[in-house]
Amino acid sequence: MTGSPLIEVEDLRIDLNDGSRCVAAAEGISFRIDRGETFGLVGESGCGKSITALALIGLLRQPLSIGGGVIRFEGREIQQLSAAGQRELRGNRIAMIFQEPMTALNPVSPVGRQIAEMFVLHKGKSWREANQLAVEALASVRVPAPERRVKDYPHQLSGGMRQRVMIAIALACGPDLLIADEPTTALDVTVQAEIIELMRNLCAERGTAILMISHDLGLVANVCRRVAVMYAGRIVEERGSADIFRTPSHPYTQGLVASLPRLGSRAALGRTRLKEIAGVVPAITSFPDGCRFNPRCTRATDICRTAAPDTTWLGPGGFVRCHHHA
Amino acid sequence: MKLRANLIIGGALFALAILVGLLAPWLAHTDPVLDANLLNAEEAPSWTWWFGTDDQGRDIYSRVVYGARISLTVGIVSQLINSVIGVGLGLSAGYWGGWWDDFVNGLTNLMLAIPSLIFALAIMAVLGPGLTSLLIALGLTNWSFTCRIARASALSLKSQGYVQAATVLGYGDLRIMITQLLPNMLGPIVVIGTLGMGSAVLSEAALSFLGLGVRPPFPSWGSMLSDARDQITTAPWLSVFPGLAIFLTVLGLNLLGDGLRDILDPQSRSRRT
Ligand SMILES: Nc1ncnc2c1ncn2[C@@H]1O[C@H](COP(=O)(O)OP(=O)(O)OP(=O)(O)O)[C@@H](O)[C@H]1O
Ligand code: SF4
Ligand SMILES: [Mg+2]
Repeated sequence: MTGSPLIEVEDLRIDLNDGSRCVAAAEGISFRIDRGETFGLVGESGCGKSITALALIGLLRQPLSIGGGVIRFEGREIQQLSAAGQRELRGNRIAMIFQEPMTALNPVSPVGRQIAEMFVLHKGKSWREANQLAVEALASVRVPAPERRVKDYPHQLSGGMRQRVMIAIALACGPDLLIADEPTTALDVTVQAEIIELMRNLCAERGTAILMISHDLGLVANVCRRVAVMYAGRIVEERGSADIFRTPSHPYTQGLVASLPRLGSRAALGRTRLKEIAGVVPAITSFPDGCRFNPRCTRATDICRTAAPDTTWLGPGGFVRCHHHA
Repeated sequence: MKLRANLIIGGALFALAILVGLLAPWLAHTDPVLDANLLNAEEAPSWTWWFGTDDQGRDIYSRVVYGARISLTVGIVSQLINSVIGVGLGLSAGYWGGWWDDFVNGLTNLMLAIPSLIFALAIMAVLGPGLTSLLIALGLTNWSFTCRIARASALSLKSQGYVQAATVLGYGDLRIMITQLLPNMLGPIVVIGTLGMGSAVLSEAALSFLGLGVRPPFPSWGSMLSDARDQITTAPWLSVFPGLAIFLTVLGLNLLGDGLRDILDPQSRSRRT
């Protein structure tokens, strides 16, 4: 934890305002990612991972909005930037790969053109130069015969190829941070492993930091140096990847780790879903008082039902939020 | 296969009309305006005068051939103006929403409430007759359907993954509208444009018939019909041939529009298989 962080989130709250009332869809979100670092965000569906990512790039739209806290990219507050300033960051300094790789490419535009557009848009290249760079970008994501592939339309490519194209687009401008929101959920397992490997290698080569989002703890811990576990809009534990497996501290994290078939093994990659913990995630409008995990927690006591637990530091850079943490 | 016939017959008729207009100087036998000769007045169709002659002895065939230029120019140019206005308003309204959307919706409803020919008549009354006023009048009054379709498409397209991805990649609003939304709604816009061209040709004829279109002696199909009004019983060929030209062109455009809709609309495509 030295040097100035690439991106720093402090006590972020995201409000969901449906006209009649305003609830916090996520709150107390704090983390930092250093240059070239890999950081993971894990949690069940609906816990607020994607909206946190959207907040980072200034793209929360009604009914969601930032209700408090700060986000700093290279020390500059993102909320203070003009619309043009934010747009300048997006795609250029912070890129994102999507949960839905199948629909994230424009069906009526050749993929080469979609890559080239990034160079025209952010680097001021001419279309001639940009088209040349697009071929190189496609080659760098190991697409065979890139000079022919650039002319293909998305529907002519397989799912894995399309996700490679998405990575080429995202990394085109040499961003400092790549946000990968469930980048492989829609792909089958072998392709998944390939894509993850490719993404990790390219980012390591170029010193691009990764924020990886998934509900798959095994997958995230495999890729990332540090992992934050989210539950119902809050970060409940943040640890080094190895520590989180060896000594999970929060009861929810312990449940996640216990539900993995074999710790950190290849077989675990991408297959597991976090369903083994009894009960369901509470709806956003009916979060319980105190610790939000208390209805499902075997260790819950009275204090858990009234007071939200404070942060307890566990060695350098790790913390947990639980009244009765291990 | 029946669906393809639409496309082929419609396309052929429209292409023929365009070709006739382009090649008019070579196809025409005489000058449509200057070659008047009272000695040949009101000749019935024959080998010499294919479509007959009018009361000033001008060759109707040559006038119909030249008339294609004016009628098609009006049809194509005015529909282009309509398409640009309709797409511009509808696309931005659907994408941006908010007060701009309300405003555009109001304007569209207003346009739909007034019959477009009446509206065009009013504009012509202010601008006076002539080709330019005709283009303006017809170009400003027939964009509401295009606008509606563009708005509806923009509304549904803007939640598509690739449109959101473009936002995330730092595309500006204008770039998103032009590169992500427009190409994906082009199918229905082209169909409506084709059908609109047909109705613009008809409107030109109607306005010229009322004496508000192209000024004589220059031939447009509508103005020829208007001139032939008094002789419809004595010299029917004066009305039949320009009328036929209008009929075939509009029919061609409608068939073409239908044919395009069948191949461009994915729903009807899947229905066929
Ligand atoms: N546009 C929106 N309007 C209303 N509620 C929203 C909107 N987007 C997200 N939410 C709510 O915010 C909460 C967090 O959503 P988010 O998409 O961040 O979940 P997630 O952790 O990414 O889940 P998943 O794994 O399913 O992607 C959810 O309860 C969701 O219902
Ligand atoms: S605070 Fe209480 S309820 Fe929450 S996780 Fe810890 S023990 Fe369970
Ligand atoms: Mg999500």
